[in-house]
Amino acid sequence: MKLFVHQLRTEQLLFWRNREAAFFTFFLPVIFFLIFGAIYGDTDISSEHIKGSYFLEAGMIGYGVASTCFAGLGITLVVRRELGILKRVRTTPLTPLTYLSAVLGSIFIVFLFEAALIILIGRVLFGVPFPTQAFSVLVVLLIGAVCFAAMGLGISGFVRSAEGSSAAINAVYLPMAIISGTFFTPKGYPTFLKVIADALPLTHYTKVTRDVMVHGVHVWSDWKQLLVVLAWGIAGMLAALKLFRWQPREA
Amino acid sequence: MTIAVSVRDLRKSYGEFEAVKGIDFEIAAGQVFGLLGPNGAGKTTTVEILEGYRNRSSGDISVLGEDPQHAGQAWRSRIGVVLQSSSLYPNLTPRESLRVFAGYYATPRPVDEVIEIVGLGEKADARVRTLSGGQKRRLDLGLALIGNPDMIFLDEPTTGFDPGARRAAWETIRNLRSLGTTILLTTHYLDEAEQLADQVAVLRGGVIVRAGSPAELTGGASETEIRYRQAGEEILERTTDPTRRLHELTSAALERGEVLDGIEVRRPTLEEVYLELTGSETGAE
Ligand SMILES: Nc1ncnc2c1ncn2[C@@H]1O[C@H](COP(=O)(O)OP(=O)(O)OP(=O)(O)O)[C@@H](O)[C@H]1O
Ligand SMILES: [Mg+2]
Repeated sequence: MKLFVHQLRTEQLLFWRNREAAFFTFFLPVIFFLIFGAIYGDTDISSEHIKGSYFLEAGMIGYGVASTCFAGLGITLVVRRELGILKRVRTTPLTPLTYLSAVLGSIFIVFLFEAALIILIGRVLFGVPFPTQAFSVLVVLLIGAVCFAAMGLGISGFVRSAEGSSAAINAVYLPMAIISGTFFTPKGYPTFLKVIADALPLTHYTKVTRDVMVHGVHVWSDWKQLLVVLAWGIAGMLAALKLFRWQPREA
Repeated sequence: MTIAVSVRDLRKSYGEFEAVKGIDFEIAAGQVFGLLGPNGAGKTTTVEILEGYRNRSSGDISVLGEDPQHAGQAWRSRIGVVLQSSSLYPNLTPRESLRVFAGYYATPRPVDEVIEIVGLGEKADARVRTLSGGQKRRLDLGLALIGNPDMIFLDEPTTGFDPGARRAAWETIRNLRSLGTTILLTTHYLDEAEQLADQVAVLRGGVIVRAGSPAELTGGASETEIRYRQAGEEILERTTDPTRRLHELTSAALERGEVLDGIEVRRPTLEEVYLELTGSETGAE
């Protein structure tokens, strides 16, 4: 436990110290919220029957989970693996379980903080009321963090080099974030895009977030969507179990 | 004398390829053991098996009384490791890195003491990514020492050091030895092994081709060379009993009233023994 807390603090130090990564994974969703909120925050989105800012606030939390827990974690793990840091950690008394729990715990803290900031900005700048179902929101955030982090663990096994990791992982998560309806509603999509969107975990996750945050729905009412997200999380976990390595690929 | 490390018929295969082909050695507690050998000889493989990082194919090994493959956290806290390639957080400073790793051990050395030992005083608060290669390597060494281990594994710890830094690192290693730390060191530098190691093993193609103290290696097995000129002819003799042979040569020369031109007596250095042992294979793999 002491080791866990120590590593959790280390992870926080490492996260905020790496400015570029902190910008991309933490601040970008916030910045997008400000930009797109300014563009269509006051416009009604007729197909969703809500105001643009309401729509966007939930969407940016979906985008945030993908950028922080999936892409951010995935890139960090690849870079650490290729730098030999994961290997070095294995030579210390820190157990793999404690280490990975602290890494995930730290990512969850970052994501919670990010979500809180987005909700606060929504309230202050765009007049979006605080969500009524606070507990449901917390559960949604937790489930999102766990499942997308599992996918992040999984994808790190597929990426071979540290230099290519940002490019490779961004190439996966950016199109996913856009198709999944975090910025635009997927309701008007052409069929082929709709098919793709329906297969992606973020589409379902964003719908849950929106239902819970905007419509005040209880989290378990969207259990079908949650199952899809969970299935992807499990797939990520299985990939991680098979492909995760502590030693550099290129050594 | 307690044995810190014992290795019996250790083998390791990567797929079809057998990188370590049945080696045996022991390291007495408190000693410095040097593992020499050309690129690809199997040094890193052997060391990482002893660190518990890689699994062996067969053989019996014991490090500090335990099988590394199954040893737990208590055992890990008693060993320190410098990996062959540097492995550091680029955005932390040396001081922060040492603090982070100190937190993993029950009884770490004080961070300032380690900074002092590895000579990173001036750079203690600079970002790691701004350090030179040799300075990073010193931090690697510092991270291996921070847990105050009973045994350390150093895989080419001084590669990239300037001569001054190398001497300083030697001093550090001698100090650690005098504190009772057992040290397994791999190196390509023979003077390093000669300076530091109590025992040396030369590995080639996965087998130990020679083992012993540096003195035994240079003095015991190989013969002493005596070189001189007689009647304009260059003569080279090898002998296992140089004292007697020299006496015979010089007294015979004195009796005849001759001079042994350019007489030279020399023992092979570890470097020559090493090249003799490994020369044919170097670069061939
Ligand atoms: N993970 C691996 N998979 C396959 N082959 C490997 C692996 N690691 C090492 N080898 C092979 O095993 C042999 C011994 O490698 P090792 O790294 O132990 O050599 P070394 O003595 O440390 O060499 P160097 O002086 O270059 O560091 C080499 O032929 C190497 O190619
Ligand atoms: Mg090596």
